[in-house]
Amino acid sequence: MCEMKKDVILRVRDLVVKFNLRGQVLTAIRGISMDLHKGENLAVVGESGSGKSVFCKTFMGLLDNNGWVDSGSIEYGGQDLAAFQKEREWIHIRGKKIAMVFQDPMTSLNPLKPVGKQIQEAFTLHNKVGAAEAKKRTLELLADVGIPEPERRYKQYPHEFSGGMRQRVVIAIAMACVPEILICDEPTTALDVTIQAQILELLKALQRKYGLTIIYITHDLGVVANVADRIAVMYAGDIVEIGTCDEVFYDSRHPYTWALLSSLPQLGVKGEELYSIQGTPPNLFHEIHGDAFAPRNPRALKVDFVARPPYFEVSPTHKARTWLLDPRSPGVEPPEHIKNIRNIRNLKKEDAVNEQITR
Amino acid sequence: MSKSLGEILVSVRNMEVTFGSRRNRFVAVKGVSFDIYKGETFGLVGESGSGKTTIGRAIIRINPMSHGEVIYKGQRISGKISKELDKKVTQQIQMIFQDPMASLNERAKVDYIVSEGLINVRPDLKKQERSEMVTKALLEVGLLPEFASRFPHEFSGGQRQRIGIARSLIMEPEFIIADEPISALDVSIRAQVLNLLSRLQKERGLTYLFIAHDLSVMRFICDRIAVIHKGVIVELSETEKLFEHPLHPYTRALLSAIPLPDPDSEKRKILEIYDPTQHHYETDKPIWTEIESGHFVMGNREELEQYRVRLEA
Repeated sequence: MCEMKKDVILRVRDLVVKFNLRGQVLTAIRGISMDLHKGENLAVVGESGSGKSVFCKTFMGLLDNNGWVDSGSIEYGGQDLAAFQKEREWIHIRGKKIAMVFQDPMTSLNPLKPVGKQIQEAFTLHNKVGAAEAKKRTLELLADVGIPEPERRYKQYPHEFSGGMRQRVVIAIAMACVPEILICDEPTTALDVTIQAQILELLKALQRKYGLTIIYITHDLGVVANVADRIAVMYAGDIVEIGTCDEVFYDSRHPYTWALLSSLPQLGVKGEELYSIQGTPPNLFHEIHGDAFAPRNPRALKVDFVARPPYFEVSPTHKARTWLLDPRSPGVEPPEHIKNIRNIRNLKKEDAVNEQITR
Repeated sequence: MSKSLGEILVSVRNMEVTFGSRRNRFVAVKGVSFDIYKGETFGLVGESGSGKTTIGRAIIRINPMSHGEVIYKGQRISGKISKELDKKVTQQIQMIFQDPMASLNERAKVDYIVSEGLINVRPDLKKQERSEMVTKALLEVGLLPEFASRFPHEFSGGQRQRIGIARSLIMEPEFIIADEPISALDVSIRAQVLNLLSRLQKERGLTYLFIAHDLSVMRFICDRIAVIHKGVIVELSETEKLFEHPLHPYTRALLSAIPLPDPDSEKRKILEIYDPTQHHYETDKPIWTEIESGHFVMGNREELEQYRVRLEA
């Protein structure tokens, strides 16, 4: 996706987010700068606690009450979202311009309200329209997200829907006002594999139809490989590597990205130990010195414990925060088995050939 | 895969599990039969609602069966059994649950959670001996002995799952039913728990029934896999054979949907969608058939013919 220079729709600069937990201050986001391009699929990946959800929630002003944007800016549509103080200011953005699909469709729908009403609610909140008009639009939306018999389904309650269908309803609510940016927080984690693939297809179709920009928050690298144009790898409240999908999968540079890819069971050899990351993520209550991943990185350099690495550019679209890319570093090779990612594909290719023969 | 199959440890015969009362009956598991050999990891895969968890729970006797029987080491353990046998089964068959956030008693200390089973099965043990065993079990799963005096909420998901594993290990089981043991965990923690499970298997010669919906993980850990759809096993085979020659359309749909961490193959992925109405079972009933050695599939005569052609090609 680097054939043309894309317009920047959302610009984040030096964002710092802090939380107050029982009197202690935790720094959840430690100075992130990032551009979101119009029409792209950006995947934000990382372990739980890496701050990926918090980061995206700041775009909609959905931080918990004990959290706040400490410094930095989020430019969107000529406004600085980070400077918003009142709920009233958010109304024109949240749900209308930037919408969110939540992880668990079992808990994000109101069980006491017919799904049609729940979708309609999102629509009428932002548009002054009559009931008939709103219903018409809701039925359109239901059809859009691939729910058969919208007329009948409109009156049904969430418990009458399967998990996959419920997630479609959640997507319909998010799509009610045709937002510019759609944030999907683990949209498929709670679903079966077969349904998962269908939901991803649906999101892609909606993107083509409405020209959406989608941010996927996920820890499933399989999903990422399927949908992402660009990938941002987060660790301890910071983006440690960002690049196009191919660059991050086939030519990753940050030791944390290596570790994340290495621990995939798909790359494991039966009977051998799977690679696993040692240690635990750093305590964000304390200030972090140097590279946050250094204590868990068996091949960390001395400088990693002293100074925080800057971004080094690998290509115009690919940069990573690691001293390994410094010309003075000894240059550590990525682990052998990551190269097997290519082999997964090759294996598959053979399968495909076999299939051709058998058919 | 040339592991010789050897001795049968658990044998499930015609298992049927029904929920609800007579008027509102729902048959979750419809006449399922399979054998699990000693020392192997047997995988059970299917989507939610397919009955895979119910099978696991019926074997360990949490859910009563309405039909069929379970044979463990040559003895029937389903239905009414003697007190002695009941005690033996309780000790030798253990379960690891899916969600480590929900399966630990929040109000009990780790010490009690881990040793609870022992209190019931080995009342002869002194307190001292019991706490020694807890220490040993915790160390074995990579936790520190001092964790025994803490509460579950003080631990992360991966650590909690280790506590869940410790509490089944302390019983010195031979057969462990692992119900989606890693699906609630983070990617990086998954690898650790999988490694732990396979290390324990090697050291103690454990047999696992591994229940999951994620085929990519199962390929790594299972020796044989059974695919279950709506309470019926549709295909059963050695892992690699299943991945090389998936025959039943449902298995093929599942395999085609596996997310691969490789952008190129993801882009070329063709989804197969399983439509249960594609079978013509009205006149020609499907039969459970061994189509090649160790590879079973459910199909009627016409389908089996097609499957054979596909295998030979």
